[in-house]
Amino acid sequence: MIRLEKRPQPSRLWTIVTPLLAVVLTMVVGGIMFALLGKPPLEAIRTIFWDPLFHPQFASYSRPQLLVKAGPLILIAIGLSIGFKAGIWNIGAEGQYIMGAVTGAAVGLAFYPSESVLLFPLMVIAGALGGWAWAMIPAVLKTKLGTNEILVSLMLVYVAENILASASASWLRSPEGMGFPGSRNFKQWPAVHNDELIANTGMHWGVVCAFIAVIAAYVLMARHIQGFNIRLTGEAPRAARFSGVTPARIVFLCLGISGALAGMAGLFEVTGPAGQITIDFNSGYGFTAIIVAFLGRLNPVGILLAGLLMALTYIGGELAQLMLGLPGASIQLFQGMLLFFLLATDVFTNYRIRFAKGELA
Amino acid sequence: MDPVLLVASIMVSATPILLAALGEMVVEKAGVLNLGVEGMMITGAVVGFAAAVSTGSPVVGFLAAALASAVLSLSFGFLTQVLLSNQVATGLGLTLVGLGLSALVGAGFEGVRAPGMGKLWIPGLAEIPVIGPMFFRHDFMVYVSLLLVAGVWAFLKYTRAGLILRAVGEDHESAHALGYKVVRVRLAAIFFGGACAGLGGAYVSLVRVPQWTEGMTAGAGWIALAIVVFASWRPLGVLIGAYLFGGVTVLQLNLQAAGAKVPVELLSMSPYLITILVLVIISARGVHGAPGSLGRSFHASA
Amino acid sequence: MKRRTLLASAAMGLALAAAPAFAQDKPKIGFVYVGPVNDGGWSQHHHEAAVKMKEHFGDSIEMIEQESVPEGADAERVLTQMALSGADLIFTTSFGYMDPTINVAAKFPDVKFEHATGYKTADNVSAYSARFYEGRAITGYLAGAMTKSNKIGYIGSFPIPEVIRGINSSFLHAKKANPDVEMSVVWLSTWFDPAKEADATQALLDQGVDVVLAHTDSTAPLSVLEKAGGFGFGQAGDMYDYAPEPRLSSIIDEWAPYYIDRVQAIIDGTWTSQNVWQGIGDGMVGIGEITGPVPEDVKATVLKMKDDIASGAYHPFTGPINKQDGSAWLADGEVAEDGVLAGMNFYVEGLTGDIPN
Repeated sequence: MIRLEKRPQPSRLWTIVTPLLAVVLTMVVGGIMFALLGKPPLEAIRTIFWDPLFHPQFASYSRPQLLVKAGPLILIAIGLSIGFKAGIWNIGAEGQYIMGAVTGAAVGLAFYPSESVLLFPLMVIAGALGGWAWAMIPAVLKTKLGTNEILVSLMLVYVAENILASASASWLRSPEGMGFPGSRNFKQWPAVHNDELIANTGMHWGVVCAFIAVIAAYVLMARHIQGFNIRLTGEAPRAARFSGVTPARIVFLCLGISGALAGMAGLFEVTGPAGQITIDFNSGYGFTAIIVAFLGRLNPVGILLAGLLMALTYIGGELAQLMLGLPGASIQLFQGMLLFFLLATDVFTNYRIRFAKGELA
Repeated sequence: MDPVLLVASIMVSATPILLAALGEMVVEKAGVLNLGVEGMMITGAVVGFAAAVSTGSPVVGFLAAALASAVLSLSFGFLTQVLLSNQVATGLGLTLVGLGLSALVGAGFEGVRAPGMGKLWIPGLAEIPVIGPMFFRHDFMVYVSLLLVAGVWAFLKYTRAGLILRAVGEDHESAHALGYKVVRVRLAAIFFGGACAGLGGAYVSLVRVPQWTEGMTAGAGWIALAIVVFASWRPLGVLIGAYLFGGVTVLQLNLQAAGAKVPVELLSMSPYLITILVLVIISARGVHGAPGSLGRSFHASA
Repeated sequence: MKRRTLLASAAMGLALAAAPAFAQDKPKIGFVYVGPVNDGGWSQHHHEAAVKMKEHFGDSIEMIEQESVPEGADAERVLTQMALSGADLIFTTSFGYMDPTINVAAKFPDVKFEHATGYKTADNVSAYSARFYEGRAITGYLAGAMTKSNKIGYIGSFPIPEVIRGINSSFLHAKKANPDVEMSVVWLSTWFDPAKEADATQALLDQGVDVVLAHTDSTAPLSVLEKAGGFGFGQAGDMYDYAPEPRLSSIIDEWAPYYIDRVQAIIDGTWTSQNVWQGIGDGMVGIGEITGPVPEDVKATVLKMKDDIASGAYHPFTGPINKQDGSAWLADGEVAEDGVLAGMNFYVEGLTGDIPN
């Protein structure tokens, strides 16, 4: 029987080896799946992992796109990870992302067609506030009434989706849109267009903010007293209370940060890559970010890498569909397998495997 | 608006989330948080549909769905219980796997028709005016789901195994110290939860819609998760939660169909807003009841 | 900010100047779908038409497809990758792809684009949509003629002009068949959620409706009608599996002739940008065989209506028609202008309830 023996400290070697091992395992099993689907397995794997980075035809375009796709994932995941560390389960980032985009866009459109340089920063603040306010609903309910934040934040996603639909079909609808749903396109409004800062790098303000968030989260969690309080609340709530940490403050802080970051991500997305508020503006970033947060082991640098890896599988998956005609569902399954293998091999980081006689606990 | 028809519709609409939520409640009672309900439901939907079409028997379909989803859920069980992976992330992974897998399995079953399921009139009771057509003229799965609720309630309350399951969920260290097999109990609970989610999914593809389409559970698994919390981890609460949610959903569609002068946006948000509202009322009264070890990995350090 | 944009686009132009080097001799045709290609509705029918087009041309062209592409940023990336892969013509088959198509087209002046159901065009972007309201006149008339309870139902997705046109056209013609008819509209805020569509159908039946017209994509309403009784129609596809009952007829998306036509234009080098809105007459909207217990005289009436619409002798929006509030919209004999129809955001007289806003 296999027995696990907890390591005194996570193994540094295995921390680096396990992601690679997981990727290799995914390639093997994924390759078998692709073969079963009648597609060339090696080519499929190469297309997903290699071509977005190095294909002569696509790479110059898709490499920057990795940042565009990973940016919002990282920004949201960083916020979520802080809450998760404290044991606060905000799984409604998708709703906060939507509300950030809607609020920010609404504030901007109220000043249309202003060319003021102050407008874009104002919209970013409004977007952050929109996401923050949406996250404050579960925060207030949790601290005042003890209501479970997982459920409230999740339900608010559906409410936000309805608000988004009504915004794009009526009150934010473009007056020049001939009655069709969808707001004005921010890409055609240079003052607020969140364009690439340097051409062909994919770097827009959202990506910059994601990098800043990674650094800030690292500093907060490793160096700042509030970071210590957050971790303490998550690991030993009673001890935290004895040492004078107010649980309610931690709830407000964590949900506030994650809501504001998700809201900002929404605003950067709507003024940048997406361009406009539409009925289907949200495309699951808020949920995927939860996966990214855990793939990155709630560690800021880990989240950065996990976000990029996730983005790679998305873009590589698109190329595989395009060039090899793989069904979209197989890409989804492939991503699920990658996640499973990463989680499964993680056991080597924290435990030693011993083969011994004995019963399953 | 005819209350008889309304209640009958609500029962059909609520049954998938009732089944899935009931299974998830047992899983969580054992201290495990499995967020992969959506993935297990959609797997149940496709396998149940495929099996029912191939054999012509809805009963075989439901059994196959329960088995397939339960087996799939064991992948989650293996990862979280044996390899001690994070439950939240693994559950989300399970959803991705289930959605992808079901779409691949189901290719070729689009546009195929499910074998019909007769209504099972409960002798005697079905003849009662008003009450009969409301409650006693449904397909057999509606009764199975209600029996399951009663069974789970009795199991948790009165049996020794149920007591052990709750002990494992409340405090796995103590349960282990008392000599209970924490991991085995949890794997069994996960298996049961998977089977229930599979039944719920198959109910969507075989009764409620009835057909197979990719992604057809459309978020029902997430609602089931919400209902468990809403129910404060009590079987009766799950029943009320599922019927309330199903009820509001059906009611808002009926209000629209009847031409009620209520803004449509408000109506379509109402199931979620009312869930939040009820939850707030419950929590304001100070009722909780989350299992003590919920979501935490167990590793026997001995 | 402006300077930045200028620099960016100049650099982009330089970077993409190399792209045509990959152009191939065989025309490469791309299709982008919003849903999975087996969704049983919108995306599936575009995909099937694409396959028909490919069969028509055989090996003389190459076809690439991408399914389940979210609208917005992802669409723009997918379109760019398709263009980079050497596509000569790309069909973007959902309304939400409009701005992404225009944006990508601006960067690839040598690649042609065809966007479905939008209104924006460019030198290398055409727009094409179908006059589904013509088909809805037929199904609306059948619904009015076949209802026994004088109540028909309409399942709407989102309150956009396309759906509102469908509601108005159905209702006007149901009234022609049966002046006492009432229509209930249920909005679902989704294009695709079979369970919700099934629930909505059941709710309509519970309210005494016996004929249901659906503007959502799945066959769920027909499945429910088959089980619970009542009539319905095929939507997007023929859905002949449900004939003779509950399916009475269908509105079929016939994209294949258009796709073949446009790809031929690429082969011939005669492709030019256009904005077309085609109906029954052009063959883009098909009417499925009329089945079920439809009386012969009703059948004759709708077939004549179909022919008249096809020939242009009859327009489904011909006055006198008043708006819901009773104000006059079209005078006797007056025909609706395309511009008004394209942005239609009001109900006609007789419909109850408000359009959500």
